[in-house]
Amino acid sequence: MGTHTFTLNGERVTVDVEDDVRLLWVIRDMLGVTGPKYGCGINVCKACTSHINGKAFNPCSVPVGAISDDDEVTTIEGLADGDKLHPMQEAWLDRDVAQCGYCQPGQIMAAVAKVRQCQEEGRDLDDDAIEEIRNICRCGTYNRIREAIKAGAENM
Amino acid sequence: MAHHRLASPPAEDGLRKPVGRRRFLGYLIAAPTLVVAAELTRNQIFGAPEASAAALPSVPQTPEAYDLLDALRDAMRPTANLIRIEVGRDGTVSFALPRSDNGQGIVTSTQMIIAEEMDLDVDQVRVTLADARPELLFNQITGGSSTTFTTYTPIRVAAALARGRLLEAGAQLLAQDVRTVTSRKGLVLGAGGRSIPFGELAEKAASDTTRQVEVTLKAREKFSVIGKPHNKTDARDIVTGRKVFATDLQIPDALPTVICRAPDLNGTPDDVDNLDDVRSMPGVTDVEVVSTGVAVRARTFGQAIDAVNALQVSWNRGTVAGEDDESILRRVRAAELPMAVPAGVGRTIDRAFTFWTASNSSLETNCALADVRSDRAEIWGPMKNPIAAQGDIAKIVDLPISKVTVHVTQGGGSFGRKLFYDAALEAAECSKVFGKPVKLMWTRADDSRQGRVHPMSTSRVRAQVGADAVLSYEQRHTSVATQINPGLGEPVTAAAVKAPLGNLTLSESIFELTQVTPYEFGVSTRLLNEVDMRFNTSAMRNIYSPNVATARELMVDELAAAMGKDPYEFRREFLRGARLRGVLDAVAKEGRWGRSMKKGTAQGLGVHTEYKAATAALVEIDCRPETVDRPIREGVTGPRVTRVTFAVDVGLVVNPRGLEAQMMGGISDAIALILTSSLHLTDGHFVEASWDNYFYTRQWNTPPELNVVIVESDAPEPGGAGELGLSAACGAIANAYVRATGIVPEYFPINHKDPFPFEPKPTVPPIPESPTDGLDFTY
Ligand code: FES
Ligand code: FES
Repeated sequence: MGTHTFTLNGERVTVDVEDDVRLLWVIRDMLGVTGPKYGCGINVCKACTSHINGKAFNPCSVPVGAISDDDEVTTIEGLADGDKLHPMQEAWLDRDVAQCGYCQPGQIMAAVAKVRQCQEEGRDLDDDAIEEIRNICRCGTYNRIREAIKAGAENM
Repeated sequence: MAHHRLASPPAEDGLRKPVGRRRFLGYLIAAPTLVVAAELTRNQIFGAPEASAAALPSVPQTPEAYDLLDALRDAMRPTANLIRIEVGRDGTVSFALPRSDNGQGIVTSTQMIIAEEMDLDVDQVRVTLADARPELLFNQITGGSSTTFTTYTPIRVAAALARGRLLEAGAQLLAQDVRTVTSRKGLVLGAGGRSIPFGELAEKAASDTTRQVEVTLKAREKFSVIGKPHNKTDARDIVTGRKVFATDLQIPDALPTVICRAPDLNGTPDDVDNLDDVRSMPGVTDVEVVSTGVAVRARTFGQAIDAVNALQVSWNRGTVAGEDDESILRRVRAAELPMAVPAGVGRTIDRAFTFWTASNSSLETNCALADVRSDRAEIWGPMKNPIAAQGDIAKIVDLPISKVTVHVTQGGGSFGRKLFYDAALEAAECSKVFGKPVKLMWTRADDSRQGRVHPMSTSRVRAQVGADAVLSYEQRHTSVATQINPGLGEPVTAAAVKAPLGNLTLSESIFELTQVTPYEFGVSTRLLNEVDMRFNTSAMRNIYSPNVATARELMVDELAAAMGKDPYEFRREFLRGARLRGVLDAVAKEGRWGRSMKKGTAQGLGVHTEYKAATAALVEIDCRPETVDRPIREGVTGPRVTRVTFAVDVGLVVNPRGLEAQMMGGISDAIALILTSSLHLTDGHFVEASWDNYFYTRQWNTPPELNVVIVESDAPEPGGAGELGLSAACGAIANAYVRATGIVPEYFPINHKDPFPFEPKPTVPPIPESPTDGLDFTY
């Protein structure tokens, strides 16, 4: 059992739990922040995609012990700026992307990170870049996801 | 001001009574504020219903079922099986939909239907999912793409009645003639610009007795909401992470619970060596043997999973112990029914196809919460069939049905699987055994290996060809049996279907009710035979149609070739009905049928009719090596569907945006079923335990171009949409593949016998361990 402190969606949080418990469960089961979803637990489905220090990652595959005091973790709940949605969330609404919605928190967090990555690397956000995104959508919303990423990127 | 109730119900709404319009019966319900209702059956309509058979089969004709049902029905209050709309003092208009929404958008379309009839904005209507209501009998299941078709008219009847009452009440309060008042956005508007909010009329419009009232519905020409694209009303909650799925619920003390499952499909626990050791693992609160395995309850799911993997269990063999794909296929083939026309009489063409098992795992794995006490039980879960669940749970926890409350949560995808409530039964059992509340979840490996599948089948087709006609067309579909048991929605029926041969009869009747050969092919027969009841099965955006249609549409292309005709021209000539020709023409035009294509790429066509709708697909596929062999880590690329044009005529369209979304989902499934995704049975278990083993469509398989065309229709009522996109797309993709490669596949998906591009996960321990190197892959 250890004490772990980090920043979650802008707030300092502290939990007492074994070091090897994966961060997804700390966030969901202990802190009650349920935006990141479980879809596999082995870094495949990407339903849990969140951000660590601004980059996409999958908390199902990171032990809480690997998180340091100064790490900032952002889940879908922390993406908007108060009531003002992130442009990617707006694009998702505008294209009516979601069906059941289970995959969508992860899809949006992945999309935001992918756009930032392309911008930083000076790459085009083209179909090839979008096809690097591995997130599963079992409802098959992929076409609207593609449209929304491109639209959201315009405003980022 | 003292409030008065209306003296008498309006006999009819004088402002809306064109001659000859059908009238309906609704109910005013005695209540403090306005409550209106309509029967959730179609027989309250005056005169003959315009639509014919229901989308779901009738009840099996077993006298036991009828006797019991009659008894139940007689015992109930006469208005018990009503759906109701309530107007609250705060002006809210609310309705509890007796269905399950798993992303198909029926909450949104229901809000639209009520908003239309009551002149409200869509977001002024509050629609929730109803708890299990046993009195609704068969009327609380979500399946067969039936929701909009079965609820459209009853909901309108109730909404129209509510509006009529509010107008009457408003007119009285304004001391104006009811014919001069109207309504808009939740206000009753009178002459001289005066208005009263619905909320202020909710009590005045209420009735102190329950009685039947005649209603007239809004004319279609006046629609301003129905038929206009509308975004999903829960979209904002979804994109902000606020939508609550079952495992997101915070029920006090309902701790994470995971079951350690057998290596074999449906294996059961025999003995556990180290129960006490595992009980003392970090975070673990309880470990007990249950009927499907060994259940662990812990502070977090991660700790429950670790404990599951630490268990040393000896297992009883499963239901298909030692079997594999080929041995099951032999059983299916042995059950194939003979053709009527002998081979070689005139010119006959024979084709046979195998469809391998497909996983019906949705992204949300099976899950449910349960709080079982000695005198009551409460269950939460994404159930499409809560009444049957309630009955079965009552048996498991040994309580009367009335002591079991079943809450339907929003589901993370279903496609037919959540007609079964496996997780709810397990959660109830675990909670009872532990004596504590549980939040039970299947892991992905559980869901993939032990979950519900779309069963293996073969489809054989024989056609007899004359000079310029097809003389006979026979299709024999043979399948591992699909369980339909709880599909009829009510414990009594569920029990009746479990009777010997019950399932067979029901399957055959569903096959008969849903499968048509939509071509003028002379003598045409379709027969189903099912075998082998040992898999966990379910519909997956339909039971038979996608496979039946794939085989049929491949055969249609063959017949066209045999008669020297173009596949489009041939279909145009032989298709039955203007609606099918309409959608075919739409895709041919929009998708530019016959345009020149590079070598290794091709177009393909498919059509399908079902759910009172007609669909056609024109796809383009790229089978060139540079496309098929694109390097993707632990993925399957395969031939790429590059362009899909899909036309749909589904009668009255409530929400075109939602309809398009459902077609897109069906097309995504079709790509997976034809090209990339199947389960492999080996030594009594399925190999696949991960989304990187089971290759459902990913971004790299998604067609860059997709165009859904909604063909105008004058059909008066909406058809079904949830499963509609799949079948025509399957046929078109298969035909495009044949035309691009010259190879007619014998089985689907076409990659089923390719070497695995992954290392299979062990079956013991049952859950693949979570990696620890997630921070090495940030981007
Ligand atoms: S749950 Fe984290 S990637 Fe699937
Ligand atoms: S919207 Fe249902 S899994 Fe993506």
